[in-house]
Amino acid sequence: MHEWALAEAVISTVSQIAEKEGLKEVAEVEIKVGELQQIELDILEFALSQLKTLKLKNAKFHIKTVKAELKCRVCGHKWIFRKEKMNEEIAEAIHFVPEIAHTYIKCPKCGSPDFEILKGRGIWLESVRGLR
Amino acid sequence: MADPRIGIIEERLKGVNNIIAVSSGKGGVGKSLIASTLALTLAKRGYKVGLFDLDFTSPSTHVILGVEGLQPKEEKGIIPPQVHGLRYMSIVYYSGEYASPLRGVDVSNALIELLAITRWNNLDFLIIDMPPGISDATLDIIRLIKRINFLMVTTPSRLAFETVRKLIDLLSELRIPIMGVIENMKMKESQFIQQQVEDRGITFLGEIPFDIELEEAIGNVNKLLVTQFGERLEEIAKDLEP
Repeated sequence: MHEWALAEAVISTVSQIAEKEGLKEVAEVEIKVGELQQIELDILEFALSQLKTLKLKNAKFHIKTVKAELKCRVCGHKWIFRKEKMNEEIAEAIHFVPEIAHTYIKCPKCGSPDFEILKGRGIWLESVRGLR
Repeated sequence: MADPRIGIIEERLKGVNNIIAVSSGKGGVGKSLIASTLALTLAKRGYKVGLFDLDFTSPSTHVILGVEGLQPKEEKGIIPPQVHGLRYMSIVYYSGEYASPLRGVDVSNALIELLAITRWNNLDFLIIDMPPGISDATLDIIRLIKRINFLMVTTPSRLAFETVRKLIDLLSELRIPIMGVIENMKMKESQFIQQQVEDRGITFLGEIPFDIELEEAIGNVNKLLVTQFGERLEEIAKDLEP
């Protein structure tokens, strides 16, 4: 249920953006979710629906998942993170704090833990649209 | 467009009355021991206290507290477990006994993540054990926690104080509150640090003599609190109480 905390963060930030941009009502929110964090989308969607404030009551949440692309800083190799290859305990640690990937994942080519998360780390607010 | 985690951090900390970053320009001055023992002392004195180890690449407070095999509870976020009367949070719950080789951007991201998802609920004090230096974690704490107070630790060495002085100057320029400076591992009589601190208009909270017994007390909090170090820190803690 860590998704609930992230949903609260989304609602709070969308509300702040709506306030700042003078939106009377929020119509659409685009969210990107990186696969490294392995967020359970149905729980996230449920939490978002439960946490909606008055200004967000008709808001539609569009959630897009983004593959987690990693690039080794030592040898330059690029690869895609796959949860299936992980043991459950490690996958869960990465779920809570995606940077823990550096503890358990190594570059498949040279073995370095010094890699960059090019995209697909965690949750990101892409756009907020609404009525002024 | 926006990182949604940033917007919830103030909300997560709204039930915390005092947030204290135990900090220093240098490593090895006793920040983690002071942060842990201060947290334990305040808890012993009846306050609700949280301890957050923000030294992600070199966490050590779990060793001081003798924490093993604990995991935070998951409940609409994460609830730090109770350890010796403290709500205790550390990255070691996730990294275990392995190294966390993190660059600055990763330190920032992990810090934002944990601030966004950790539910501290109501606390009198949240003590943060900071990594040394004026780098990502320090800058992020200043950026993200508007009510932060810094408690600085130095040793009598001019090498340590040289870095602490820079941190004091930076924080003063930014108008970030500094609760004071503790001079740790004092081995001989000298007014140098106290003078330097007071000349800058900062409170000198006191000195803690080098305690040869301290190492033996690591991992045993009852023993830790009755060392000379623990007793001296309790005196200092009284001055930090509201």
